[in-house]
Amino acid sequence: MDGKKPVATTRTAELVMAGIFLAFGALVMWDTRRLGASWGADGPQAGYFPFYIGLMIVVSAVVTIFRALNLGERGREAFVEWGQLRMVLQVMIPTIVYVALIRNPWFSIGIYAASAIFISFFMWHLGKYRWVRILPISLGVVVFFFLMFEIWFKVPLPKGPIETVFGFN
Amino acid sequence: MEEIRSLMGGFAVAMTWVNLALMLAGVSLGVLIGVLPGLGGANGVAILLPLTFSMAQSPGGATSAIILLSCIYWGALFGGAITSILFNIPGEPWSVATTFDGYPLAQKGRAGAALTAAFTSSFVGALVAVILITFISPIIAKFALRFGPPEFFSVYLLTFSAFVGMAKGSPFKTITAMMTGFALAAVGIDTVTGQLRLTFDIVELLAGFDFLIAVIGLFGIGEILLTIEEGLEFRGAKAKLNLRVVLDTWKELPRYWKTSIRSSAVGCMMGIVPGGATPASFMAYGLAKKMSRDGEEFGTGKVEGVVAPETAAHAAGTAALLPMLTLGVPGSPTAAVLLGGLLIWGLQPGPLLFVEKPDFVWGLIASMYLGNIVGLIVVLTCVPLFASILRVPFSIIAPVILVICAIGAYTVHNSIFDVWLMIVFGILGYIFKKLDYPMAPLVLALVLGDRAEDSFRQAMLGSQGDIRVFFSNPLVGTITGLALLLLFWPLLSKAIAIARGGNGR
Amino acid sequence: MTNRSFAKGLLAAVVASAFSVLTPAFAWEPTKTVEFIVPAGTGGGADQMARLVQAIIAKHGLMKESVVVVNKGGGAGAEGFLDVKGSKGDPHKIIITLSNTFTTPMATGVPFNWKDLTPVRMLALDQFVLWVHAETPYKTAKDYIEATKKAGAGKMKMGGTGSKQEDQIITVALEKQTGAKFTYIPYKGGGTVATQLVGKHIDSTVNNPIEAVAQWRAGNLRPLCVFDDTRMPYKDKVTKEMSWNDIPTCKESGVDTDYLMLRGIFMPGGVTPDQVKFYVDVLEKVRQTPEWKKFMEEGAFNQTALTGKEYADWVAKADQIHYGLMKEAGFLAPGK
Repeated sequence: MDGKKPVATTRTAELVMAGIFLAFGALVMWDTRRLGASWGADGPQAGYFPFYIGLMIVVSAVVTIFRALNLGERGREAFVEWGQLRMVLQVMIPTIVYVALIRNPWFSIGIYAASAIFISFFMWHLGKYRWVRILPISLGVVVFFFLMFEIWFKVPLPKGPIETVFGFN
Repeated sequence: MEEIRSLMGGFAVAMTWVNLALMLAGVSLGVLIGVLPGLGGANGVAILLPLTFSMAQSPGGATSAIILLSCIYWGALFGGAITSILFNIPGEPWSVATTFDGYPLAQKGRAGAALTAAFTSSFVGALVAVILITFISPIIAKFALRFGPPEFFSVYLLTFSAFVGMAKGSPFKTITAMMTGFALAAVGIDTVTGQLRLTFDIVELLAGFDFLIAVIGLFGIGEILLTIEEGLEFRGAKAKLNLRVVLDTWKELPRYWKTSIRSSAVGCMMGIVPGGATPASFMAYGLAKKMSRDGEEFGTGKVEGVVAPETAAHAAGTAALLPMLTLGVPGSPTAAVLLGGLLIWGLQPGPLLFVEKPDFVWGLIASMYLGNIVGLIVVLTCVPLFASILRVPFSIIAPVILVICAIGAYTVHNSIFDVWLMIVFGILGYIFKKLDYPMAPLVLALVLGDRAEDSFRQAMLGSQGDIRVFFSNPLVGTITGLALLLLFWPLLSKAIAIARGGNGR
Repeated sequence: MTNRSFAKGLLAAVVASAFSVLTPAFAWEPTKTVEFIVPAGTGGGADQMARLVQAIIAKHGLMKESVVVVNKGGGAGAEGFLDVKGSKGDPHKIIITLSNTFTTPMATGVPFNWKDLTPVRMLALDQFVLWVHAETPYKTAKDYIEATKKAGAGKMKMGGTGSKQEDQIITVALEKQTGAKFTYIPYKGGGTVATQLVGKHIDSTVNNPIEAVAQWRAGNLRPLCVFDDTRMPYKDKVTKEMSWNDIPTCKESGVDTDYLMLRGIFMPGGVTPDQVKFYVDVLEKVRQTPEWKKFMEEGAFNQTALTGKEYADWVAKADQIHYGLMKEAGFLAPGK
């Protein structure tokens, strides 16, 4: 695959983003109908400001869409190239898996175990480190955080089966 | 002078070996807390409160206890800047504005200079605030009382005006970003009517969008994604690592004396009112950008752009202790927990505290001087250490940062939903940056949005819908006028230029 | 490990577990850190009380495991309540409640009811006092109400914490009772409300004693009446002339309105009686400490402290009263 090939043009990205904002603005405006969006006897109602906020998002998004359609040469530039996207996904996908591992409806392993796995994977996959270096670093960091949050500051973070074995749950 | 004598008495109370050791411990702990986004000053203070409970029983113990706790607070104020500068991740809300120039400085290899400037200006801001507290606390306590809803609104408007008109690029994108911030700020319960807004029956949205989650995502995660696009390393890894950098930066700092004075004033006002350290830092940054000769270059890594927000944030954070002590109104979450501490130790914050417990109050004020000096020494000697973190290879530090971000987001409401939200904000931050949507207006709107709306509507309730309330007395009139002037300054200056040009020819 | 010692260990384990099942005399105890949820922000009345309880437990070593206070004040407390509701059967979670236990679900329609929780015990009841600025001419509640009527509807500003919560309920009850009309201005915290009154941005408040006492002592505020059917019992002088006991009840002053706010503890639903008993006992020990007594006196609390069925009955009754008040005031969410 050619790493320089664009995944999407700037124009497409602009349009998608502005479209999202358009929908968001509309959603905000829609919710305020329930709350009352007028200026009552004693000042604005709960929906007054959100209504105009939503309206301004919609209007500015529409302008952005028109501008994107007339971007000309710049619009055909790459928003992101395949090579770049691959790098970004190499970070994004493990991060998403990491958060899913912390807590999910099926099998959660808690933030500490997940962090250890995440750091190890990152170092192994992207850093090409050997396990002699990976293990002390990932475990050391996690143990430090455990002491910091669970023991010293008593901030309860999500825990899993491993902590239960050691009597923390 | 009466105050000097009291203060000397205070120093006598605070200057014991035990108290100095407590200061050192408190500051170091505070710095650590400030660095990690998951722990705020409020956490640290809350956890140590029970410990101080027995401490406060012995004679003079209450003073030692508050010294320990307030030093954690100073430490946290110092520490917030570190991750902002090194990784674009604000450790505390008030260090968001520090990222604007601090992070670009670090990328240029000047992390040491940025850190030194941040720490030193923090110290300056705090010092000004403490001097103010020492000598004119009765006057400023009265000043704080004059702030009702219209005054608060005018102050938020001023913050807002100081900041807008900064972004380059499409004004419509600026509007979109800012309004999105306001919309997110409106999510949750409406203070004035108690109605739920924009929650769509989703339980996780009841508590609203937390500023810290948005910021960690937009700035921190977004930045990591942008960095990795370029390859596997942080720029700025070649920062110099010795204490010389401190002295070199100190030589540069006196040049920004105007910014320091202005930011201290902004910070003190916002702290006393209490309007908060976060708005103070934004306002000071905005004003500095507008008034400095190098204003145009702000955002590309100017030391002055670090000086402004840090001075103001620390001045505000320090000054916020005054309304807490004299009015019982906490200016920040940390101050709120400290307030709880006072009550537990059997001290009643209020106008009489200065009269009834002079030992305690002056001991505390003396400890503000000493604590900040101790703090400055601690953090400055650590500058090379902090800067050296940038030398850790990307594939080690990046996952650790991501873990810290995840913990930070989780601890806000103890909810995994927030961690997902942070990732969404991270992706948004990446796209925003690539499409030139400015992020600062979004963040500012998120901070100020609900406060400004609350005070506006409270003012409207009070005046029964009469908008003239914002000019109803000299104080509010001046602030509102100033805010409007600043807001329309770009238009006005253009008009003036045109008029002059017309006359000239 | 040899087979034999393994068998021995197994036997010991079986015996131990059988023992614990058969003899409930071995009382339940927390086996990990207990989360103490505050359905309000930091610095408020509930938060202060929770932190005091935490501090007392830590100082006197009343529990082996530690207690951490967690603030979940989003959505007028709904965040905290829904968290506890969702932790069914978790004995390591307790929550301190204020009136929003009743008012929040009624006003917002958030799916929550106090019956989703297990009542543990009442700690105290919080009083409400009608305050005005000391420089105003009003000496009694009646004076003030008359002045409010004379000024015209909505001219006098009553400040309070939050919307459609206790402060506004009292204001509405006061209006119903006397025919006076206030403009109610909601703020975020009780301390702010007291300060706003000192700064004369509002005309009166119904602050809890502890929120306003410092300003009272400094001579900035004047208490007019307490919203209870008997006077507060504390007779030590708070200011030079007055004690809490010298403040008349509102009924005495001809304004027949009363309201008390629950400061009580609940656990999630589905916990065992043993587990409830543990917390009842610990909190009883807390109540006996000098620190607690001092706090009660400073904040002029009503020290009623029910447990067991009496507590549950009290809560049920309070729920009905709130429903009535909220309905009358028109504060109920659609469909409630």
